[in-house]
Amino acid sequence: MKKRTFKEWLKQWDQGEFDLDRGEAEALHYRPETQEKDDDSWAHRPVRGLREGEYTLFVKVYPFAALLLASVMIFFFMRTVAELPPFASACTPANQSEVIRRYIENGLTETGAVNIVAGVILDYRAFDTLGESHVLFTAATAVFILMLAGEAEPEDKRTRRILEADTVLSVTARVLFPLIVMFGFYVILCGHLGPGGGFSGGAVIGGGLILCSMAFGPERISRLINMKTYRGVVLCALLFYSIAKCYSFYCGAHHLETVFSPGTPGMIFSAGLILPLNIAVGLVVACTMYGFYSLFTRGTV
Amino acid sequence: MLQLLWESRIQAVAVLLFAVGFTTLLLHRNLIKKVIGLNIMDTAAYLFLTSIGYIPGRLSPIVADGVTDMEAYVNPLPAGLVLTGIVVSVSVTAVMLSLTLRLYRRYHTLNLDEIYRLVYAEQEDV
Amino acid sequence: MAFCLNFPLFLIVLCLISSVVSSVLPARAARIWSLGLSAVSTAANAVLFRYAARTNTAVTYLMGHYPHPWGNELRIGPLEALFSAFFSLVLFLCLLGGRRQLAVKVAPQKQHYYYVMADLVQAALLALVYTNDLFTGYVFIEICTLSSCGLLMIRETGRTILASVRYMIFSLIGSGLFLLGVILLYSITGHLLMPNLKESIGLLWSTGQYHLPLLSSICLICIGLAVKSGLFPFHLWMADTYGAAIPASSGILSGLVSKAYIFFLLKVIFDVFGVDVFYACGIHRLLYVMGAAGIIAGSVGALRENNIFRMIAFSSAAQIGYIYMGIGLSPTVGIEAALFQILAHAVTKPALFLSAGHLSDAAGRSKRFHDLQGAGYKDPFAGVAFTLAAFSMIGLPFTMGFISKYLFGMAALDGSHAKMVPTLLVLAVSTVLNTLYFARTVLRLYNKPQADDYERVRIPAHLSYVTAGIVFMAVNLLLGTLSRPLLDLLLQGVRLF
Repeated sequence: MKKRTFKEWLKQWDQGEFDLDRGEAEALHYRPETQEKDDDSWAHRPVRGLREGEYTLFVKVYPFAALLLASVMIFFFMRTVAELPPFASACTPANQSEVIRRYIENGLTETGAVNIVAGVILDYRAFDTLGESHVLFTAATAVFILMLAGEAEPEDKRTRRILEADTVLSVTARVLFPLIVMFGFYVILCGHLGPGGGFSGGAVIGGGLILCSMAFGPERISRLINMKTYRGVVLCALLFYSIAKCYSFYCGAHHLETVFSPGTPGMIFSAGLILPLNIAVGLVVACTMYGFYSLFTRGTV
Repeated sequence: MLQLLWESRIQAVAVLLFAVGFTTLLLHRNLIKKVIGLNIMDTAAYLFLTSIGYIPGRLSPIVADGVTDMEAYVNPLPAGLVLTGIVVSVSVTAVMLSLTLRLYRRYHTLNLDEIYRLVYAEQEDV
Repeated sequence: MAFCLNFPLFLIVLCLISSVVSSVLPARAARIWSLGLSAVSTAANAVLFRYAARTNTAVTYLMGHYPHPWGNELRIGPLEALFSAFFSLVLFLCLLGGRRQLAVKVAPQKQHYYYVMADLVQAALLALVYTNDLFTGYVFIEICTLSSCGLLMIRETGRTILASVRYMIFSLIGSGLFLLGVILLYSITGHLLMPNLKESIGLLWSTGQYHLPLLSSICLICIGLAVKSGLFPFHLWMADTYGAAIPASSGILSGLVSKAYIFFLLKVIFDVFGVDVFYACGIHRLLYVMGAAGIIAGSVGALRENNIFRMIAFSSAAQIGYIYMGIGLSPTVGIEAALFQILAHAVTKPALFLSAGHLSDAAGRSKRFHDLQGAGYKDPFAGVAFTLAAFSMIGLPFTMGFISKYLFGMAALDGSHAKMVPTLLVLAVSTVLNTLYFARTVLRLYNKPQADDYERVRIPAHLSYVTAGIVFMAVNLLLGTLSRPLLDLLLQGVRLF
């Protein structure tokens, strides 16, 4: 390339054809032969863009950069860890604070939940959990935007036929599906009495639905869960969650008693709002898990 | 220092995994491996968090036989935080995977540099 | 308790509810709902601000029946109310002004999802501004990340999807570091609520116990939030992201989302670390250096661009650099300048993006400078709005940019000698560079193209865009000329932080 004078250079910059970012500049002059964006056409079309050299240089540098970065981080982290409070000790700041004392000693009477973790996440720190279920909703919406029909490929018919013809899968699913769903509901309903809760139970039910959809084909499931029921369930569950929690926050801030009482700890209908919230969360999680699977494979719910 | 590190070995392993996941997420060129790195990083953080609350010889924080003594149970707060964190990382993973899938369906490669080249060779839709 | 103190709770829950409801509404209804929501939020936060500024107090609001250190809380002070009112206003204007572009560039059956994501962004912004709990902050940071990624990728071109991937990767790195920092803090203090954390950290700092873990957690939290808001070495995703998104999304992402992270960082500095500990431990020097480097790198990047959107994005990186430089300068005047810069940038940058969108439509749907010749004649209103916003970016008098540059200059003179000369130097150089690339753009917009290929097409003005543009200009000029009351309020707020 011939050397440009300063004036030419300035003019070029002003014209917006400044040649520093080569990828950009080449893309500017590049006109594809055909406008259609056929999926396979990229495989054999010569491509211009970033230059070959730049790109291989980075690939060469990459392992060293990664090694260097990882070692520096590990070095600093190890020094930090060595000075942390000791592992598995009851006398660390986190394990002997007043926070934990109240959660364990008054949790049963204040929240009515035998499962202290459920009491913490759904009563003491309920705002976090309200945000958390909306994170799941946000992700579901984002996956809807990306995967909903339109550009998504039709389902791979071949895999499905193989799966459907599979006797082992369908027999196992026939036996396991009711058990899985039953177990999921147990985990949700007893979330305040023992290990479990809305998220874990919902994930179990979602897994059961995915198994069922694999074994018997999505048409069978879509009688139970389709776009309409999916939207309805998620809408009702999240609305209930937000409104109930808003009421309880409002009462809390004004030091009012809520109508939900902790009840007798250990009974199924106890622990105030925790049981209904667990059910709502469980429904949302089950639907979302199945929705993710269905959107990824078929592009619709 | 090695003595101290051995005493808090779980945390040491957790930060090691965190660094590995972090580097993979930042520098690896393969999108699926980036997602794996993301999950390693998040899980390492949760391992760290869980290890803070663990006290040997104590029960999980579910009230048994009406005993509500602080000396009887492990710390319940890290468990609650990890529960929240897991849901967050599941959501993020789902979004990352669907983005990856969209790119793969269009460009038939998972290499980020390759995709970069292909994308910038296309004409821009304005 | 005054009734208006309930507003933050109601607004956050209302935003969450309306996002869920919008997902089943048709696009038009979702749009009206979303616009109404942000208008209501602006008004309610303004009322709250008036109350908080008059009583001159910061109140904690229990989220549930348990006070700190046991339950979640919100903290309501004048600064929080002012910033949420401002953020809601800018969100309203972005949604209003970006309407036409949205209708053209997003698939009709997916348009209502845009408003779902906008509501979620608003919920996350409000929660980040008001929260008094570090872990709640983490959860809403993730909502903010995912929903802003949704705003980006809803325009499903290859570039946008790629840009969303890069955006997600950097955001996730940032939130991973932030999460690790929070966990370290929890393990050495045993608290997650801000007032208790501040107390414990003050104690730990004075006794010197757990010194290194404390330092690392401060570093991790600062770096995590800096990565998410696009500080210097991590600013490269901005050009792709803002260049590929629809203008309203670029405006929301650059004007609000990254600013919300910075506001949250300021909140963490004041309410968690404590100003004394933060400025004693030295991490502010890193922020200062990176901020100054970001200003130069962003400006040089903007100079090299041929694409108007990418140029504005690089200029955004430079503005983020200003804010961090202010934080690094000093805990009083520097922070005041940074806060004012957040406001100035939140008003200016969306206006630039929206106008650039309309100008590029007028120039035959091209973002290249080459094609933008004379676009200012084809769409006169967009040209005027762009020019005024560009003046504000350069820092001409009577605009907010002037006041913020003035404040940075005063902060530099006020501070130590070591930082005075480099700060002033960076300010001078960046002003020259700003002038270069914005003047070039404005001249190009008003440069008549060659007579033969010039058709006198006038793009009909779009009412919603014109309204949004007029409000943007009015706010910019108003706060640029009558800045004294706002500055007093900011100082009052900083004292209460």
